[in-house]
Amino acid sequence: MNPPAPALNLRGAASPIVLAEQDRYLARDIERLSRANLSRCFHCRSCGNGCPFIRGMDYPPNGIIRLVQYGLRRQALESHTIWICVGCHTCSVQCPMGIDIAAIMATLRRLALAEGAMIAETNILDFHREVLQSIKQYGRAHKLGIMLRYKARVRQWFADLDVGLRMLAKRKMDLKASRVKAIGEITRLFIPHWKR
Amino acid sequence: MPGRGLNLTDLSYFPGCSLESSARESNISMMEAAEILGLNLIELEDWNCCGSSSANILDKEIAFSLAVRNLSLAPPDRPLMAMCPRCLYHLREAHQRLKEEPETLRAQERRWGRPISLGLSIIHFLEVLVRLGPARLQQGLVRNLNGLKFVPYYGCTLFRPPSLRQGSYYQGEMGNVLTMLGGVPLDKALTQRCCGSFLSAARADVVTPLVNEILASAVAAGAECLVTSCAMCQLNLEIRCTWEPRLPIFHFSEILALALGAQDYEGWFTRHLVDPRPLLQARELIP
Repeated sequence: MNPPAPALNLRGAASPIVLAEQDRYLARDIERLSRANLSRCFHCRSCGNGCPFIRGMDYPPNGIIRLVQYGLRRQALESHTIWICVGCHTCSVQCPMGIDIAAIMATLRRLALAEGAMIAETNILDFHREVLQSIKQYGRAHKLGIMLRYKARVRQWFADLDVGLRMLAKRKMDLKASRVKAIGEITRLFIPHWKR
Repeated sequence: MPGRGLNLTDLSYFPGCSLESSARESNISMMEAAEILGLNLIELEDWNCCGSSSANILDKEIAFSLAVRNLSLAPPDRPLMAMCPRCLYHLREAHQRLKEEPETLRAQERRWGRPISLGLSIIHFLEVLVRLGPARLQQGLVRNLNGLKFVPYYGCTLFRPPSLRQGSYYQGEMGNVLTMLGGVPLDKALTQRCCGSFLSAARADVVTPLVNEILASAVAAGAECLVTSCAMCQLNLEIRCTWEPRLPIFHFSEILALALGAQDYEGWFTRHLVDPRPLLQARELIP
């Protein structure tokens, strides 16, 4: 008997499909949550061809749709692609079938966080966490604080140091955070309602 | 089109985190241009972050509430104007959801203890300019841009996301406005390609080739500079470009205010990582 053919002919993704692992509800869930119709996709690859970030992705956007269609939940949620996507909507606009692919990516990110999936791009997630932390603290994003805390988190103090210093020299990053006066209104959002 | 026929003299103004800090030069020049054009911008009292990409990724409900708090602070009798495309997007998206979900609207009104106007019109600065019309702009023209060749760089957000498509399509308007003021827009470049957004912080390796590609397209089109409508794009294009020689990247408001005769440009341009003054001097726009 021949060995099983690779599931997808994509970079880093040549693993066989194990039928027993398929999640038959995944496509339905994603369609409902993202309000995008996956079955319209005929894999023309317009999305990936126009995507500015395709270089950093392990699956092209239509590859993610394929994973979802095949019910390969873990592969989709643990992909780099969903975190590299910044939601610029180029794919959503270019798609000849009008599928809001960026919304699918956003939905998968949300599921990955909610389900505690392994996050492929921990640095990106750490950055988002620091932005949200800053918003919780000040009601606004304080760039210097975000970058310092992010650097401490990922322990890469010297990466990008030159850019950081040039930004400081040009006073692009304020030492003091601009803050919301009624900060209680903001911090309350971060407390579960049953604790307020 | 939302807000047609609105009085455009008094406007609530939502600066957003970037314009408040890293892109202060955009904020200051925009305020000056607005003043010259006779607009009365009233900063939204005690505004907060619009929700941002990060909050939207980590917790959509918190991000939504953040945007709604701003809406609850906006007086209903005047339009709410934003300068940052991403802020505009998040504010409009939240507003749209409030229109669709009456129970969410009521819950949010109770949360903030303030009424939220569903009729509020949320617009971009560019829309304000277009509605003011060419006559007002030409009337204010002091420094003709002398054929300054620029690529109008819109970035990805201003007109693209499906939920922003309500209302008019203002693609090309940045070029039109600056053409009226004597500039020469070059459109055959990557004018809407995403700048890399927040990946600039965590994955600069992905962003640098992208930024170089955008700048290479501008150079190939014969541009002397790029003019952006988004503060984040402006920053990414400046800090992530590894090309030499580097093209100056202007905030749209800077070029606008300059043409309208603003005098304190020195303070804006010293904040740029790529000094735009030699180009402007060569064009005899500044001494």
